[in-house]
Amino acid sequence: MSETKKTDEAVIPQQASAAEGSADREVLLKVEGLTKHFPIKKGILQRQVGAVKAVDGIDFEVRKGETLGVVGESGCGKSTMGRVITRLQDPTGGQITFEGRDITRLSTGQMRPLRRDIQMIFQDPYGSLNPRHTIGSIVSAPFRLQGVEPEGGVKKEVQRLLELVGLSPEHYNRYPHEFSGGQRQRIGIARALALKPKLVVADEPVSALDVSIQAQVVNLMDDLQQELGLTYVIIAHDLSVVRHVSDRIAVMYLGKIVELADRTSLYERPMHPYTKALMSAVPVPDPKRRGAKSERILLRGDVPSPIAPPSGCRFHTRCWKATEICKTTEPQLVELTPGQRVACHHPENFADQAPQDTVLLSAAKKASELVPDAVAGGGPVEKEPAATDKAAASEEAAASEEAAASEEAAASGKAEASAAGGAASAEKTGPGAKVSTEKAAPAAEDAAEAPAAGTGAGADAPSGEPEAAAEETGRQAEAGDQESAEAESGESAEAESQESTDK
Amino acid sequence: MTELSKTGAAVGEPTSGRQAPEAFLEVRDLKVHFPTDDGVVKSVDGVSFSLEKGQTLAIVGESGSGKSVTSLAIMGLHRLGTRGKNVRMSGEIWLDGKELVNAAPDEVRKLRGREMAMIFQDPLSAMHPYYKIGDQIVEAYRVHHDVSKKVARKRAIEMLDRVGIPEPAKRVDGYPHEFSGGMRQRAMIAMALVNNPELLIADEPTTALDVTVQAQILDLIRDLQKEFGSAVIMITHDLGVVAEIADDVLVMYGGRCVERGPAGEVFEQPQHPYTWGLLGSMPRIDRETSERLIPVKGSPPSLINVPSGCAFNPRCPYADIPKGNVTRTVRPELEQVSTGHWSACHLSAEDRQRIWTEEIAPKL
Repeated sequence: MSETKKTDEAVIPQQASAAEGSADREVLLKVEGLTKHFPIKKGILQRQVGAVKAVDGIDFEVRKGETLGVVGESGCGKSTMGRVITRLQDPTGGQITFEGRDITRLSTGQMRPLRRDIQMIFQDPYGSLNPRHTIGSIVSAPFRLQGVEPEGGVKKEVQRLLELVGLSPEHYNRYPHEFSGGQRQRIGIARALALKPKLVVADEPVSALDVSIQAQVVNLMDDLQQELGLTYVIIAHDLSVVRHVSDRIAVMYLGKIVELADRTSLYERPMHPYTKALMSAVPVPDPKRRGAKSERILLRGDVPSPIAPPSGCRFHTRCWKATEICKTTEPQLVELTPGQRVACHHPENFADQAPQDTVLLSAAKKASELVPDAVAGGGPVEKEPAATDKAAASEEAAASEEAAASEEAAASGKAEASAAGGAASAEKTGPGAKVSTEKAAPAAEDAAEAPAAGTGAGADAPSGEPEAAAEETGRQAEAGDQESAEAESGESAEAESQESTDK
Repeated sequence: MTELSKTGAAVGEPTSGRQAPEAFLEVRDLKVHFPTDDGVVKSVDGVSFSLEKGQTLAIVGESGSGKSVTSLAIMGLHRLGTRGKNVRMSGEIWLDGKELVNAAPDEVRKLRGREMAMIFQDPLSAMHPYYKIGDQIVEAYRVHHDVSKKVARKRAIEMLDRVGIPEPAKRVDGYPHEFSGGMRQRAMIAMALVNNPELLIADEPTTALDVTVQAQILDLIRDLQKEFGSAVIMITHDLGVVAEIADDVLVMYGGRCVERGPAGEVFEQPQHPYTWGLLGSMPRIDRETSERLIPVKGSPPSLINVPSGCAFNPRCPYADIPKGNVTRTVRPELEQVSTGHWSACHLSAEDRQRIWTEEIAPKL
């Protein structure tokens, strides 16, 4: 699977529309590079001074009959994503393909026939039903608007729908205020299902409900999917609910998907540190596990502002594994194991994607204090390779040396990085070239994406060695904190020389 | 049911026939009723429990089960302003040897904020938007301590620092809207703890927060409890949070306590069908669950017309097992199942044991 590859993006639209029913038959909804920015305007002229990047480039597809769960903290853009894929809001960029048809720029009128197929269930069962309309008129609205005359008349069909969602047909003439939250949510579901949609986007369908009622609604949605062959996109912040209902799950952070995987892989072997932290934070209803508090990863602080998201990997300000590359280069969402796509340079439960890049950011060191040792087993300590102690011993010398040697080293580093995803280059060019590979890797990153995905399994081998070496060097690289500052100056000098050599 | 008397006994003076208990907090047969045009809303209808210092009690239940009303009653908040006229309270609440239900409002006010403090669910509406965070904490401190503004401000900064707000000296002059949800909740905890209260009531303190922030806040409450040795009442509907933090659990349904006991036992050997329902309704993150959840059918009861007999009987799948229609006519009383573990259910111990081990536990 290589939807994320740039080369494919141009081809896919035609492919999808032309060859619908062959390769992409399974895919009901496909989203590529989707962005939604809300402009921030200021002054008399209402000049745009910035944008809230609510959704900032996401790719995924939803297959027929499956449930895609979308999780993330508040403000990560998951609700906006839901509203954009249903075209309740217009995307800023990217493409949405529904059943092979590009619906990104359809006008309201052109969208109308499609509304039959794409429906939405809203979070707030109090706000989403008009208090002045009877249940009958609320649930029959889709028929009216679409000009559909169901068999046996609208009223009969509405009563059938009410029964389907577990309400009594006599409720037809009642008003929303006469119902409890759980019943209202059922009404919202009945309305969404009225026209037999193909895709239902549910934005926090159960979070406003009590636990026992929540279970009723979850079961109802489950039954309806079985009965009617529905496809769901369920947006929720409750990871337990998402685990229960979803086949595949996308984890969002600050407008990006950081991990997209099937349920079992995601919950048993989360690869993105954010996913891991998010899941460890969910309290488990089992007092015996209280001693296991040590597994909990506490994240420091809050989610950064989506107006000015952090450079590189957006999670690097709170990640305990963040290194220089995370600050400079944005990791792409690549498929590391079949069915599990991750955007991370240093994934958990998998080979490091940037093993040459080893010096932890100072923020990451602080963050790692909050990460229990049990979790950090495969964590930051091992990330300090043999290279650092040599670099530590002769930092200045190395810097000056490298400035001189950078012509060759950078060139070779680059070539190799682009060839083998930067992973192998650290091994071949040796410790001296460490800094230069660091520099080369970002530049080569785009090119390296594809190989990185391809050599995913292969990357295991090179990453093994620095780990072993790290055990010898131990905590010597602690000093790396100060160094990294020094190293930065060294690097920038080196980068200049690199640029000049490039010219 | 005695009408709330405004000229009740002074705090600390046990009324006749009432013995000051040994426990730090003891609630005996607390009833809070609200007369309305439609009938009397029996929000809390006979709840008893006790709590020692350094312990955490979790009160669990659906919305409308009376958990928040119980906590507001302990804080004496039902009696404020015009609301006081519309409530009927009876029973006893003993806090550190002082009875609160019949105490004069002034006496309770002296305790409120100083001996007992509360953290609310929604920090945005619980804080005043016009005043700086620091000023609100300073006010809470100066009400109970005769100190200068300067000293109180220092104390406010110290507390903000203690609850993990970065740059407390700067943020002390911030307004609530300038804080994020998690930060606001921290600030509110700082405000609640500024007087070192011995009883802290947290009403759904993490419900509005993301899981990552929830973990931070729970950790904070736990640490602070260890540090100050306070008693904590945690009101929540999330059994995960309960398992995380509680020593004892009180399950409420329809204004009454249906099960009470040590957290470990309530999770391991729950006795009441409603508790089974709660456990079965919860999707679990820690394991691949069986295909379907086991929800509690129906909806919570109206508190005006609480079903006769066991309030849970219309929703209970086992209501027909006890003979003679007893579940629909006789209200079950709390019975001790094992030490400290109480349950109010008509099912016989054998039936409960059998249903739990054979029908419920394997499906969880």
